[in-house]
Amino acid sequence: MTVLLKISSMTNPHYNSFTNRLLPGVLCIFISVTGYAQKYTAVEGVITFFSAATLEDIKADNRKAASVFNAATGDIAFSIPINQFQFEKKLMQEHFNEKYLESEKYPKSTFSGKVEGFSLNAQGVQQVMAKGKLTIHGVTRDVEIPGTIEVQTGSLKMQSKFMVKLEDYSVKIPKLMWQNIAEQVEVTVDLTYKPQ
Amino acid sequence: MRMFYVFPALVINMMAFAQDDLLNELNKEEQGTQYAFATFKGTRIVNGQSVETKRKGELEFIFSHRFGLINEGAYALWGLDESVTRLGLEYGISDRFGLGIGRTSVDKTFDGYFRYKALRQSNKFPLTVTALGSVYYKTYPRNSESPYPISTEDRLAYGAQLMIARKFSPKLSLQLNPMFIHRNTVDQDVENNDDLALGFAGRYKITKSVALSGEYIFRLNAKENQPPDYVRYDAVGIGIDIETGGHVFQLVFTNTLGMFERYTITETYEDFGAGDIHFGFNITRTFQLGGKR
Repeated sequence: MTVLLKISSMTNPHYNSFTNRLLPGVLCIFISVTGYAQKYTAVEGVITFFSAATLEDIKADNRKAASVFNAATGDIAFSIPINQFQFEKKLMQEHFNEKYLESEKYPKSTFSGKVEGFSLNAQGVQQVMAKGKLTIHGVTRDVEIPGTIEVQTGSLKMQSKFMVKLEDYSVKIPKLMWQNIAEQVEVTVDLTYKPQ
Repeated sequence: MRMFYVFPALVINMMAFAQDDLLNELNKEEQGTQYAFATFKGTRIVNGQSVETKRKGELEFIFSHRFGLINEGAYALWGLDESVTRLGLEYGISDRFGLGIGRTSVDKTFDGYFRYKALRQSNKFPLTVTALGSVYYKTYPRNSESPYPISTEDRLAYGAQLMIARKFSPKLSLQLNPMFIHRNTVDQDVENNDDLALGFAGRYKITKSVALSGEYIFRLNAKENQPPDYVRYDAVGIGIDIETGGHVFQLVFTNTLGMFERYTITETYEDFGAGDIHFGFNITRTFQLGGKR
């Protein structure tokens, strides 16, 4: 509304001191509007974890991850519902939720931090670094996660691959299971963002 | 000059996008229905059934053993000299509907059943309710070895039960289990054709992979003052569940040899209170056959 008022008043011949009276207001609105336009939401994509072990490789996909990225400030947040990781073997999925990640107690993994090295105006694939707090299984740690962002028409594509050491997040593997599960898992993030 | 007022407004604008606010914004989003899972480790608690169903495409092989009485002492190696066995298979047609078959050496009995999880505990509903219908076919004794002829009808019995359970916490789950058994042919002077029982069961997890479970099957219409051969008792069971990947080992102590309901409810002739206790185990192995999502 305010925008419309200001703009329509610009055409009003009674206001000729545009610079003094209107520019600050218009500028303020303009910038806050672009501020909104630079806030991106993940609309589709997948977060995968993969663990190579002697007996069998374990892989799970999560398509229910939520994420918001502010391209102007670099602020980024992820929220991942643990019980939405889909395994090929449903019994394994049950064990993952019940015994390892304890999703009833800790339903979500989150990351909040800042992306460094990103410019909305740059072309092609940009190497970036996300610094912030990663919470898994109720344990929060400061991490630096490398990744890439590509600016595409009307969207952003974010990709990252990093290792998570289970021990760092107090994920305990029962001794009888140790052969089945590696001590580190590889997490892959592949998300497409659209402006809010 | 007005620009000086504009800048604070911009700063406030930017601060609204701080990281934690972003996270809060995400976490505010509606979570939808969250169902309880793994109320019990397996489809059996000790001798009786649990609310659990196999998921679509899962095939469970259940191998159960009950040894002789522990109080037979060292001469019979505390019961280990003798044993009865049930071999069973259960398959998940869907995540909520399953079919099972089994064969027990006691009375050389075949059993078949279906199981349907009608209601599921979630953040919106407090209980899981599973219905189970079953049929039992006793093949012992063979007609050629029987002093009198036995028809197919005589050999059949039927069961119906509801399992009503709640997972109170990740560790504690409790279940109430009304059961009905109909036997086509009984000695009506000393036995009922129709028997009712109420099962009480629970499990408590000691560690992530080990749980204690207990079960009491209370008979509601048991006949009193029976002749010695027909004295029956309520079936009691205590178990320790150990889970390792695709296997669940349940070590059990119980006064019944029954690994199917007709026997546990109507034919348990040993008294837990008098120390007539069998050691035994259930071993389950789950295979994922199909129905992958």
